[in-house]
Amino acid sequence: MSDELKATPKAIAGPSNFLDERLGGASFLKRNMRKIFPDHWSFLLGEIALYSFIILLLTGTFLTLWFKPSMGEVPYDGSYAPLRGVMMSEAYASSLEISFDVRGGLLMRQMHHWAALLFVAGMMVHALRVFFTGAYRKPREINWIIGVLLLTLALAEGLTGYSLPDDLLSGAGLRITEGVAISLPLVGTYITFFLFGGEYPGEDVVSRFYSLHILLIPGIILALVTAHMVLMWVQKHTQMPGKGRDNANVVGAPFYPAFMAKAGAYFLFTLAVVAGLATFTQINPIWLFGPYTPADVSAGSQPDFYMGFLEGALRIMPPWEINLFGTSHAGTLPLSVIIPALVPMGIIMTGLALYPFLERWVTGDHREHHVADRPRNNPHRTSIGMSAITFYGVLWLLGANDEIAANFHISLNWTTYAGRVLIFVAPALAYVITYRMCLGLQRSDQAIISHGVESGVIKRLPHGEFIEVHTPPAEDIEAHMRGKTPVLMLPVAEDPAGIPPKGMRGPLGKLRALMSKAYGGEKIPLDDGHGHGDGHGDGHGHDEDEHAAIGSGNGSAGDDRSITH
Amino acid sequence: MTDNEHEIEQADERVPKRVIGTPAPGTSMLGAAEAPEAAEEDVPGVTLQDEAKARKAERIVALCFTITFLASIAFIVSYVYFQVGSPEATGTSNLALGSSLTIAILGLAVGIVIWVRQIMPKYSLVQERHPMASAEEDREVVGETFLRGANESGFVKRKLLRRTLLLAAAPLGLVPLVLLRDLDNSKMPGAKFNSMLRHTVWGEKTKEGKPLRLVVEGTGQPIRAADFNSPGGILSVVPEGYQHDLNALAKATLILIKFRPEEIKSGVRQNWTHDGIVAYSKICTHVGCPAALYEQNTHHILCPCHQSTFDAADGAKVIFGPAARPLPQLPITVDAEGYLIAQGDFEVPVGPSYWERGDAEAEVREKGGQA
Repeated sequence: MSDELKATPKAIAGPSNFLDERLGGASFLKRNMRKIFPDHWSFLLGEIALYSFIILLLTGTFLTLWFKPSMGEVPYDGSYAPLRGVMMSEAYASSLEISFDVRGGLLMRQMHHWAALLFVAGMMVHALRVFFTGAYRKPREINWIIGVLLLTLALAEGLTGYSLPDDLLSGAGLRITEGVAISLPLVGTYITFFLFGGEYPGEDVVSRFYSLHILLIPGIILALVTAHMVLMWVQKHTQMPGKGRDNANVVGAPFYPAFMAKAGAYFLFTLAVVAGLATFTQINPIWLFGPYTPADVSAGSQPDFYMGFLEGALRIMPPWEINLFGTSHAGTLPLSVIIPALVPMGIIMTGLALYPFLERWVTGDHREHHVADRPRNNPHRTSIGMSAITFYGVLWLLGANDEIAANFHISLNWTTYAGRVLIFVAPALAYVITYRMCLGLQRSDQAIISHGVESGVIKRLPHGEFIEVHTPPAEDIEAHMRGKTPVLMLPVAEDPAGIPPKGMRGPLGKLRALMSKAYGGEKIPLDDGHGHGDGHGDGHGHDEDEHAAIGSGNGSAGDDRSITH
Repeated sequence: MTDNEHEIEQADERVPKRVIGTPAPGTSMLGAAEAPEAAEEDVPGVTLQDEAKARKAERIVALCFTITFLASIAFIVSYVYFQVGSPEATGTSNLALGSSLTIAILGLAVGIVIWVRQIMPKYSLVQERHPMASAEEDREVVGETFLRGANESGFVKRKLLRRTLLLAAAPLGLVPLVLLRDLDNSKMPGAKFNSMLRHTVWGEKTKEGKPLRLVVEGTGQPIRAADFNSPGGILSVVPEGYQHDLNALAKATLILIKFRPEEIKSGVRQNWTHDGIVAYSKICTHVGCPAALYEQNTHHILCPCHQSTFDAADGAKVIFGPAARPLPQLPITVDAEGYLIAQGDFEVPVGPSYWERGDAEAEVREKGGQA
């Protein structure tokens, strides 16, 4: 091994020495260079969002070099012939210039748009992973809330960016934004006049959105992303339950060199996917839409996917409007706009932000959690999550109900009527189905732990009975399953006199006790019928003797199942 | 996976290693499946790769990195070679730049992944976690230090200081908010916003003091009533002189429809029509999209944004969708030369509802009108 390094090369030792004498970084690096990162595919979803954000910053900076955030009207004289001579805003003209007259401009514009979609999508799936594995639990609630803020900001960032090219499609989105803003009680007209610098559309909104889009919002996002990373680093990543993994350790690969290289490669993969999409898949062909005019709109106008749920909510709302004070010039409540604009977003974002605290209030669980839950092992949480996804999904689909109606030859009106019912029914249905599925999966785990795996080997016993040989599960898989811990429950049991414990006597306390009873507890114990309820924790050597009996034809243990009766 | 025949003949005590329908070793749920042999293990948790495999992987990685090298050069060459300036040329340039960039990055990414997975050791290192909470004594020290500092500063003892500081903070905090007031460029009092929203340019007159003509959107042609004579016809119409004023268009754009006299129902204000020609605001009363689609047979006006549907033959009343109010009708007539003109402004505010709007339709009815 003559190629091994024996001493740090001078080119690295010199600058390192210079820096350490001034910053003292070695003590930090000593502790952190070999920081352990656990391995699981689902831990990489958030990284998609992170890398998309970096791509957004890079491509976005490129776009600012040519983009002119002005609504001043100019005649177009660029190289796209169909629009030559048409009066348009400088914003639209410069967006066309980037698309047609700057080499690589179209590529960067399309990469920026694709990366934006991937950014939001990455955040969403990452949030779902964190939710379903309970990785938001103590001590990670703060990081969870930062994540919810990031998601909200990403939507705002998307909306402001989407409006900048000032084409007909982006203008339609802006018009809807205005219609929603002006509908807000008391402050609606003020907000719109302040935002647009007067009446819609005015001449300011593009430059104002521009400063929000390239400076204020990304600045806050960058700060929050940094905080998100620092907290993740300090608190160490959660890990999936498995062999040798528990709440007091973290098992995986070291940051230097393995995780670092993996993360770098993953960034490059994300970049390659975005570049590939931008090359082969057209997105937002603004030149086809023409300049914005409030007098026109193209049929089939759709927002970017992450705004689809708001669009769907607007579409299925019945025409409710209230005039609180009749004909006097105040008190108009356009509920058909206010409700869909605020309620679904409010339910989802507030629900996300509060969930860790509500769960703790219900379970009374104040412990630190570093081992992720398998979704099946907290069936109510998983069901609530699936309910929320269904709620969101129905709204999202309804945001494209005109496309659904056209492509599937369904009456447009019926898609709306169906949506009005489904928005209530589908989440409830999703809850029930998910709950049953979770329990079913828990039962299957229980069967594997207490009976073993079906080996596919049929054995004939001396008296003629056929049985299938069951073998104990592989060590790592068993450890993974035994990572299950019961969901905590409040001490809700009534004392012998029938009096509920303190704090559970009022109406709210009773509700809390009821919820705790339903939410907490062990639904399907892993070792059911084998006499030991505590089948989790560090060592499970006590299981070995039980499985040693497998294959010996011990029918009373129920390990081998007869297939003849 | 056909090796189960001899497996089945195993002695009773032995557990079969692998059979049809069960996962391959490594991913197997069968307890007997053995983990692949570690090549050598100097440090616990660090499994070195087999050198022969690693050497093969090295060659693949080198190939990947070479592809990146070539693709990057292809990118630079494409940048120089493929000029832009027409949609076709831009398309070619985009394809050349994008595919070379994609391949370059992909090559690097794939190379690094193979490097990590086949050349670097396999790791299963363990690190201890520590409770996030600080040690009890540290907390106590912090608590004491906080109290000492608070008392030393005099913030607790000196009430005057504390109260005037709070007093000072309140208006200072409002300063940034006050600064935002001029975001509305018109500088008019907020109470005026409402009256602005209630009017459109249709209430104005031309320089000669005549009512505004209706002109076709796009061409700017005035419309002679006699020429707009095919029933079922529809036009998108804007006010004369405001064809390029987006602020005016956002409220004043019209949809003009020609009916046969017998088609018109009671919801339409007859004295606001001319010879079966009816003008409605094109701005949807839901959130303000242009209600641009018209179905001739049913006389339905449809807003493509959220599918609010209005019956044009019956005063544009809402028959479907989230819009709560009909599209306001504009009173029209013809001038001496036979061109369509506005009799005046809309009687009710157009476009989306807002807090100060009130029930304008009821207001009109109270005054004896029809709305």
